[in-house]
Amino acid sequence: MALPEEVNALSKSFSGFGVDEKTIITILGKWQPEEWKSFRKGCPFVFTEDDRLFEKWNDEHIDLLEREFSRFKNAVMLWTMHPWERDARLAKEALIKQNRSYNVLIEIACTRSSEELLGARKAYHSVYDHSIEEDVASHIQDSNRNLFVALVSAYRYEGPKVNDEITKSEAKILSNAFKNADKKNPVEDEEVVRILSTRSKPHLQAIYKHYKEICKQTLDEDLEDGSSLKAVVMCLCSPLAYFSKVLNDALKSGVDEKTKVALTRVVVTRAESDMKEIKEEYNKEHGVFLSQKIKETTQGNYKDFLLTLIERGA
Amino acid sequence: MATLVVHEQNPSPVEDAEILRKACKGWGTDEKTIISVLGHRNAYQRKLIRQAYEELFQEDFIKQLESELSGEFEKAVYRWILDPADRDAVLANVALKSTTPDFRLLIEIACVHSPDELLAVKRAYFSRYKRSLEEDVASQTRGDLRKLLFALTSTYKYDGKEINKNLAALEAQVLHELIKEEAFSHEEVIRILGTRSKAQLVATFNCFKDQQNISITKSVVGDPDDAFLEALRVATRCIYAPQKYFAKVLRNAINKLGTDEEALTRVIVTRAEKDLKDIKQLYYKRTSVSLDHAVANDTSGNYQALLLTLLGSEDH
Repeated sequence: MALPEEVNALSKSFSGFGVDEKTIITILGKWQPEEWKSFRKGCPFVFTEDDRLFEKWNDEHIDLLEREFSRFKNAVMLWTMHPWERDARLAKEALIKQNRSYNVLIEIACTRSSEELLGARKAYHSVYDHSIEEDVASHIQDSNRNLFVALVSAYRYEGPKVNDEITKSEAKILSNAFKNADKKNPVEDEEVVRILSTRSKPHLQAIYKHYKEICKQTLDEDLEDGSSLKAVVMCLCSPLAYFSKVLNDALKSGVDEKTKVALTRVVVTRAESDMKEIKEEYNKEHGVFLSQKIKETTQGNYKDFLLTLIERGA
Repeated sequence: MATLVVHEQNPSPVEDAEILRKACKGWGTDEKTIISVLGHRNAYQRKLIRQAYEELFQEDFIKQLESELSGEFEKAVYRWILDPADRDAVLANVALKSTTPDFRLLIEIACVHSPDELLAVKRAYFSRYKRSLEEDVASQTRGDLRKLLFALTSTYKYDGKEINKNLAALEAQVLHELIKEEAFSHEEVIRILGTRSKAQLVATFNCFKDQQNISITKSVVGDPDDAFLEALRVATRCIYAPQKYFAKVLRNAINKLGTDEEALTRVIVTRAEKDLKDIKQLYYKRTSVSLDHAVANDTSGNYQALLLTLLGSEDH
């Protein structure tokens, strides 16, 4: 008979987030056939008994385990690639996967600097023999297309100079567009697309400020939750808050794979830029240290790798 | 092929700077020397001369020229002496600011240049105007024209030779359907022109010609005053047959009552180091007059001398 605490430890190490390699090795390695039997009986989410009274490994769990074992490998591969190639591959994946991840595209187009985005576009040429604009334009057929093509094509001015008159008038343009959202979807509004995809980030942050003064609400508060425009505005004007939210969602229990995979993505892609500030924002918003939450939620080599990455340059 | 004639042995940039200094200072200005020096130097050499001039005399050579020269000659020299990317940025800004903007230049820059050359223009634009080219294109244009120009200028196209033949045939068909319905500003037209690589578009246009027995550039017909249609035509020509396009621009510039010096200068100055020779051949094929002769007949003085030098005319 297997000890109940060993069964528990083992089933935990097989349940994700990541896999607890050490536990698997120490416990599994020494078990005898009777211990195996009680494990199979005691873990219904891993093994199911069919009408022939044969306990076989659940197919869904096999998929889950494959994903969980790959997490560390994926994190390492993503980390080792050139940052530009990272973004290029993430963008491609976001376009072709069954459940499209517009958010990843928005993240890449809006939180990277102009040179980083340009580099990602160059890398995309090298890896896929197409431009990212081509693929975005031909894969996205809905009303978001114009906005997305414009966002990935952006090569924004990076200097600090901002024209106050223009930011005020453009804040008004945005507010009108959002107020008339029921008549015309703002994401299809030419002016909205123009402003969000061509203006420099300091310019957009000034618009954010003026918008609050005019409308008493902030830009993102006036937008629908989960809409692409809201994500765009958050990424452009308050990326730290955006990343902190994405991380928090990824670390919640019972979330789907799409949400979970963001943990690897955000940690790997921000470890060399603004991880320190993201950690501070996370702590401010959620009252707990990011490293603490990662320790509690993830396991094994995957956990150790993530913790090492977020401690860089701390 | 380029028409610019650069001699094997040249004085050093420092010597050039001194010769030019002498040409500018003193009584009047020795324009012939300016033409004979600058008209035989490539972009890299011109840059070195500007640097040498600045170091030797603590003065900006370009400003010096602006104060010494005038008229069409001055405009031509100013454009010639700038770095190619900087020049295009200046021309683009001028085009966008004017009350009747000439969008041909923007389309030429976006469609004839390689993606990296377009990028260099955008960077030069940042430096000069503290804004992005796309911002200005988007805010100075409206409607269908904006969609097209913005798509063409903001893209960073794949610049390799890989093409997909099936895709080319498919998109040629799509374009044909839309052109037939006169839906010229349809999203798909803009998407295809604005995102597909040059190689892919040439393949698509070839398929179009095979399928329809008419070149796509001749299929965009309609109201000659429609700015969008004109822009679309220019775009397809610049993508498919840029030298033919430039030869036509030159023909129109010269045949026009008076002469369109803006266009004449632009084409000669921007293509002299690239493919002006091929453009000249196409010009001759079409008009049976050599471009050198046509320019000599239509212009005069120092302006004429500079243009003929850049055209590689032997006695200059």
